[in-house]
Amino acid sequence: MQLFGDTYFFIIAGLLAVPAVVFGVKEKPINIYGFCVTLFFIIMTMKSRPSAIVWMAVYVALQYVLVRTYLSVCVKYGRNRGLYWLYIFLAVAPLAVFKITGLTGHSLFGFMGISYMTFKSVQMIIEEYDMIIKEVDPFEFVYFLLFFPCVLSGPIDRSRRFHEDFTTVHPKQEYLDMVGTGLFKIVLGAAYKFAAGSLIYQLMIWYGLKSTFTSHLIYMYCYGFYLFFDFAGYTLMAVGMSYIYGIRSPENFNKPFLALDMKDFWDRWHISLSHWFRDFIFSRLMMRSIKGKWFKSKLTGASFGLIVNMTVMGVWHGFDIYYIMYGVYHGVLLALTEIYQKKCRDFHRAHKNEKWYIAVSWFITFNLVMFGFFIFSGRFTQILGISW
Amino acid sequence: MEEKILDMLADLCGDEIVRENPDIDLMEEELMDSLDWTELLVWVEEEFGAIMSPSEYTREEMNTPNKVIAQVKKRLEEQNL
Repeated sequence: MQLFGDTYFFIIAGLLAVPAVVFGVKEKPINIYGFCVTLFFIIMTMKSRPSAIVWMAVYVALQYVLVRTYLSVCVKYGRNRGLYWLYIFLAVAPLAVFKITGLTGHSLFGFMGISYMTFKSVQMIIEEYDMIIKEVDPFEFVYFLLFFPCVLSGPIDRSRRFHEDFTTVHPKQEYLDMVGTGLFKIVLGAAYKFAAGSLIYQLMIWYGLKSTFTSHLIYMYCYGFYLFFDFAGYTLMAVGMSYIYGIRSPENFNKPFLALDMKDFWDRWHISLSHWFRDFIFSRLMMRSIKGKWFKSKLTGASFGLIVNMTVMGVWHGFDIYYIMYGVYHGVLLALTEIYQKKCRDFHRAHKNEKWYIAVSWFITFNLVMFGFFIFSGRFTQILGISW
Repeated sequence: MEEKILDMLADLCGDEIVRENPDIDLMEEELMDSLDWTELLVWVEEEFGAIMSPSEYTREEMNTPNKVIAQVKKRLEEQNL
């Protein structure tokens, strides 16, 4: 079985949603039931690799111990940077080992969702350091990490936001609205992924694989749209399914192809990921650089921060050369956007509401975005014959 | 304190409009971006000793001068500063 991937899943998920709706309508907590459903789906999707289930259990237990003991460390030692970095290192270590050993072709501790779970536990350690998380409930933590709609591909929820839904029994009418919205999102997501996404994928295979320039262009645009419909479709279904279990997982896409500049694009594409990087890497790196007066010019500092931030994002996708290039590419584009908007601030502000300016901005952004996906697909480096 | 915050915001935005219209949406009007935002948080920490986390607030909770002032005040009270 594949999560949101085959008919079998949808039939079972549909049946298992019925009791959740009954609990919700009767204004009873859904969490314990939702947790059982989560465990069921995890076991069903991973049953061909029992060792992975064991790794996952060990991983979740380790993350809980880290997140829980770090709270006590914070109480005892305050904001100690050494201990903070030690905990971050330990929390990221399993993912790093998995990705690094993956380069050799035999990855250790691989299991479904390790990347997304790492985001969730690392953010909690960071927020404990910032003194905004003051308690961790073991059941809530494990459910937050494993919650089946979002375990595989996000969206990446925040523990404090999750906590609100986890501890709230929504009034009947509100819950029914959530179910309605949820079902709509699931249907729309399925149409995105299985109709639009698959169709565009076929076009890409038929017309985009020749080694002519036109064919490369077809591949580029098709791949960009395919990626959007496939991924946005998946997350729509995930968010919709979350609603049925009383959890309002965050939205992940907001018409990304209408973006008018690269910053705007990252506020519209894989939003929960880019905002995670903004809040937990970019902002913190910038705060360090401002405190330490690393840069004379604010613009140099910002460019440095954006490039580092996006490169880390690229590496997170994998150590393949095209993922790293993808990260650096977006980092450089964001830095250039920043420089342009600051250096030509008056020009930008004077014209930003004019039709021609909007049209030109949109056209440039759209094509830069598409070229970024072309790099991401691996096809660009393949055509150039570049690899590690 | 309010004056100090408004001074800082005017400086960050490069625009005195923050005084004239303390309910102006700083993000929407492109007066502040993520970087100015972090600069503000560092300044609050250095000026008042209050720690405000960059992931703590949604943009809607701190997108106008009035909201910024209210959040800083609240934090100072919480941390007894």
